Amino acid sequence: MTTAIDSRPAFELEADIPPPSGPPPAAIGLSDRIFKWFVRLAGLAVLVITGLVGVFLFLKAFQALSVAGFKFITTEAWQPDSHNFGIAAVLLGTILIAAVAVVVATPLALGTALFISEIAPPRLKRALTSMVDLLAAVPSVVIGLWGLAFFQGHVVGVARWLATWMAWVPFFKVTGADPTNPLAARSIYTASTFIAGIVVALMVAPIQCAVMREVFSQAPAGEREGAYALGATRWGMIKSVVLPFGRGGIIGGTMLALGRALGETIAVLLIVSPLFKINFHLLQTGSISVSSLIAVRYSDSSAFGLSALFAAGLALFILTLIVNFTASIVVNRSRSGAESQD
Amino acid sequence: MASVLPREGDDVLEQGPLGGSPVTPAEPHTTVTPRLPADAPMPRPRPVSGVSGGGVRNVAGAASTGVCVALLLFGRLAPFSGLIGFVIIAYLVFVATYAVMVSLSDDAEMVRDRVMTVVLFTAAGMMALALIFVVTYTLWAGRKALVHLNFFTQDLSRAGPLAPLTTGGVKHALIGTLWMIGLALLISVPLGLVAAVYLNEVGGRFARFIRTLVEAMTALPSIVAGLFIFATWILILHKEKSALAAALAISVMILPIIIRAADVVLRLVPNNLREASAALGAPQWRTVWHVVLPTARSGLATAVILGTARGIGETAPVILTAGYTAALNTNPTRGPMVSLPLAAFELVRSGIPGVQARGFAAAAFLMILVLALFVLARAIGGRGPGNLSKRQARRIREASTRDANRIIASYGSTEKAGGT
Repeated sequence: MTTAIDSRPAFELEADIPPPSGPPPAAIGLSDRIFKWFVRLAGLAVLVITGLVGVFLFLKAFQALSVAGFKFITTEAWQPDSHNFGIAAVLLGTILIAAVAVVVATPLALGTALFISEIAPPRLKRALTSMVDLLAAVPSVVIGLWGLAFFQGHVVGVARWLATWMAWVPFFKVTGADPTNPLAARSIYTASTFIAGIVVALMVAPIQCAVMREVFSQAPAGEREGAYALGATRWGMIKSVVLPFGRGGIIGGTMLALGRALGETIAVLLIVSPLFKINFHLLQTGSISVSSLIAVRYSDSSAFGLSALFAAGLALFILTLIVNFTASIVVNRSRSGAESQD
Repeated sequence: MASVLPREGDDVLEQGPLGGSPVTPAEPHTTVTPRLPADAPMPRPRPVSGVSGGGVRNVAGAASTGVCVALLLFGRLAPFSGLIGFVIIAYLVFVATYAVMVSLSDDAEMVRDRVMTVVLFTAAGMMALALIFVVTYTLWAGRKALVHLNFFTQDLSRAGPLAPLTTGGVKHALIGTLWMIGLALLISVPLGLVAAVYLNEVGGRFARFIRTLVEAMTALPSIVAGLFIFATWILILHKEKSALAAALAISVMILPIIIRAADVVLRLVPNNLREASAALGAPQWRTVWHVVLPTARSGLATAVILGTARGIGETAPVILTAGYTAALNTNPTRGPMVSLPLAAFELVRSGIPGVQARGFAAAAFLMILVLALFVLARAIGGRGPGNLSKRQARRIREASTRDANRIIASYGSTEKAGGT
């Protein structure tokens, strides 16, 4: 035994000695190979699950789409069993509600984000940040119930005022309203796109605000100080440094909020009264969104009706997908997004 | 800005031959500082932060003007009514008055600054007010049923629509919520965390594809996740509506959310920690298990808790897959089961006042649960990776002292390491 080792040259002997600590290289390779396969399996599982949803969505939707054809986009009614259905009214209702939500939420979120990142003293800053994050975590059913039971009653007056005095704006017109009659029923102003949009705005504003705040806080200190050194006021500094720097975050956050607003179900379902007709009059009662359509109609649908619902869901999914991807591209391309990784 | 610019007549800028640029390219660069006449007062420095006494007086004065004008208009002069209109008019008058008051002592730039500060303050205030309104209204609306202990210990099977609030409760919905979120987390948390590890630690082209896919799936409307489970699990596989089906739907919905949040947290782990671990000869799985995951622990916990808060309040996937029942059902695989948000939704939609009170109480209870989860997330998270609490730091110090002693003991040194 000893002779065999002794007979070998010294340098070969040294090469055979394993490193003083740690397992030999072969063991590293094996355990790591198992590890890699294990985590890759998880990635594969995610692919299977999410891919299954996507593929199933397409397959199911295809059945209805092949029957409806191009009319799917132009039809307003939703009677799948008599093959008379389309997403013209539904998708437009969704977009209008989301648009109202974003129009209301953007100034609120932008102002809050600027206040938190630029004006608030540190303690208030922390408190406000927590509050905004908490608002983002409030369940949508809670906000929906608040909107239905409390907010709607107070905002109807505003809707009525807008309909009476701003009716020259096409969106604010309410057909069948009689502004000269002070005792006219207020119910024509309830359950409208406008009210649903404001309630959804409350849900998406915190998301928007979080993205904007993150970006604003990255505005370079040197440029801020430069603006101050040139005699700018605080607002002057914000206008010339923070806002241009954060433009990508503002647009990206807004589109993210839009994507979330498009998919909102429960709050919209609680507030609007379903109407399968294109309704541009934001203040008038009656609207419908894709997600509330699904929630209303899934239970009494035939197999074909379900396929039609999938087609509507697919249309919404594609719309949200476009909005979300555009948002991430905008954020990543902007100056502020280039430095942050997420 | 105007006050710091050179006064008229000062020869501070040499006009170039084109009239526009002050320095011609041929000349050597010189720095030209603005000069003020000797008798001119020094321009005041801009106040860029803090609150001055005069500022507070201005705000208070303008605010009282706004309220008074609105009171006059609504009470005496004009046929206006409504709370929201009152607030809007009072606010507009307030801002206008404030602008005029600031303009008495400052220049236009300053007026713009002050007015915008007030506007930004208002936006933040409205956001905070909205949260306070929603939370207090929900708790207030739920107070009638929430104060009875039976609300937490009984179900609704014996409580009819007209039963008093002292009988019946939402125990069944609470159990349902716990089952659903528990099962959903059991599926999505391990899968999500391992997938996030895959995206970050292994990488490669396939991982990039998965990341894009996950990003796309966050756009999936939650109701479509519910519809998917409804169509496959219930219609194709002929299973019942149950808590398990709802949990599957919630998993499909929160899985991309958890992966994305965990992905962001893992990316913040400094790379030199990984390299140090690899340099010590650790295989990759040990590096992940002993270095990367513990470093990111608080962030991962926050990601999971916020995902839980999101999943617990989600009604849309549950509405299609869980069914509705008034009775207690503790078997998650069979029979309909109801969750708190779904119970709140259905009870309020019933339109019967007594039942609606229960619905609001269920919503309030849900709100309290989410608040608790949120506080928990704040207590655990909020620290970046590597920033340890005092207790964690002490524990790590003790562990490394133990290690040092063990190493010294096994290598036969007589010297003991001191606890540092």
